[in-house]
Amino acid sequence: MFPEIPMLSYDVVVVGGGPAGMAAAIRAKELGLKVLLLDENDYLGGILPQCIHPGFGLHYYREELTGPEFASRLAKRLVELGVEYRTAARVLEIKNYSDLEKVVIFTSPSGAYQVWAKAVIYAAGARERHAFEIGIVGDRVSGIYTAGEAQTLMDLYGIMPGKEIVIVGSGDVGLIMARRFALEGAKVKAVVELMPYPGGLARNVMILKDFNIPLYLSHKVVEVRGKGRVERVKVVRVDENLNEIPGSEFWIEADTLIISAGLVPSVKKLKKIGVEIDPATGGPVVNDRLETSVPGIFVAGNSLLINDLVDYVAEQGELAAEGAKEFIENGGIESRKWVKVEKGENVRLIAPHYLSGDRDVYLYLRVSKPMEDVELRIPEIGKRMKLPVVKPAEMLRIKLKAEEIRKAERLTVEVVKA
Amino acid sequence: MIYRFTCIVCPLGCSIEVEVEDGKVKEVKGCRCPRGKEWAVQEVTSPRRVVMSVVPVEGGALPTVSVKTAEPVPKEKIPELMKFLAKLKLKAPVKVGETVAEWEGIKIVATRGA
Repeated sequence: MFPEIPMLSYDVVVVGGGPAGMAAAIRAKELGLKVLLLDENDYLGGILPQCIHPGFGLHYYREELTGPEFASRLAKRLVELGVEYRTAARVLEIKNYSDLEKVVIFTSPSGAYQVWAKAVIYAAGARERHAFEIGIVGDRVSGIYTAGEAQTLMDLYGIMPGKEIVIVGSGDVGLIMARRFALEGAKVKAVVELMPYPGGLARNVMILKDFNIPLYLSHKVVEVRGKGRVERVKVVRVDENLNEIPGSEFWIEADTLIISAGLVPSVKKLKKIGVEIDPATGGPVVNDRLETSVPGIFVAGNSLLINDLVDYVAEQGELAAEGAKEFIENGGIESRKWVKVEKGENVRLIAPHYLSGDRDVYLYLRVSKPMEDVELRIPEIGKRMKLPVVKPAEMLRIKLKAEEIRKAERLTVEVVKA
Repeated sequence: MIYRFTCIVCPLGCSIEVEVEDGKVKEVKGCRCPRGKEWAVQEVTSPRRVVMSVVPVEGGALPTVSVKTAEPVPKEKIPELMKFLAKLKLKAPVKVGETVAEWEGIKIVATRGA
């Protein structure tokens, strides 16, 4: 504790003002908790204000919105309810003194503060993987951006990052940015995808057809060359084991390279206080209230696992807030027993990891490889669900009833041929 | 002639097949909702898209405001619309949902405040 720094006191502090954090703060306030929301940006909404494309809110609001519209709805509700929040507030540290004693230290334009809280909901989102992480070598030139950086430049500040563009990765962000570049008059010369299938939702893959953008599947960008600015990038084909095929390399001339190679949950501050991380999701191991292995620390949204729909992110925020309420009232999240969720065949990641059987839950999972005509099975409870298509790019969300969970000692989720 | 594509009406992304004979839609297969069916027919006869962009705004917290067309625009007219949007300049305050311009009878709506 730092006696010279002003001390505030709340029931729950929400770290992050994106959709997960705002939904969490709103729900916490509705449940009667004294809540403070902190965000390091100058505005609420997280990454949403720059996601100007439609496709948000079909589940949560039952209508199709753009990112900024989704964010402004949540922000409006937040303000109506009188939720206390601070923007330009950078969280430096979370301290875990005991189950009901957490301290969050943050700086802001009006100075540094420490907040005493009984529970913390961590909703700081994710970061983008960068060029070095995916093994691109070459000259240190300008003109290399992550897709999110390019989106910030274009859709918040109105600046075009380049004219002739190569995009690495065919995930949703990469595809959506391909459309933005094409619409704004840039030439998208290629989208290069390491895997043999596109990484984004089908609706976004269609963008490539709309704008006649070439998609190179089973290819990777390995090198970038230029003097001062990107001039050309080297592309090479890979085999089924993702090894480069010698002699298959070719160069594409471009002034800009956009890296859209996936997101990684932001969990640094959680690791520091000993929160257990699941290597598969990159986010914390959680129970069905989205509580981490450190009691009273909850997590929601892309800090928990990378979602492809904002609707699920907001849903997780609400769930975490309900968890915080229960935690504060009972001095902990109680369960008669915790049922462990195991990954079976063709399941790459799954959360939550432990279920109480006291309540209905949604399981969020991704498959490892695309398959058709499959069944999602949980053999221990005899559950079977037919699915026409599964793709790694599309997260599955399965509802389980409390009484189904309660019967089992553990649950194995598998996606197998029907 | 059978056209195959992925529905983009919602994130479900159904695989739709539209059978066209003598310029007329004969059968639509694979969609899970009436909106998808309607879209698929239109996709074959006259494809349309909702278009989004940003336009500069003076005196706002950010230098741009994001906008979208209130209804889908014929695909071949999108470049023309983008040229129109490129010339737009707005002044704060702008409210979410406010119509900031009109182009060939189609409303251009702000999706972010400024």
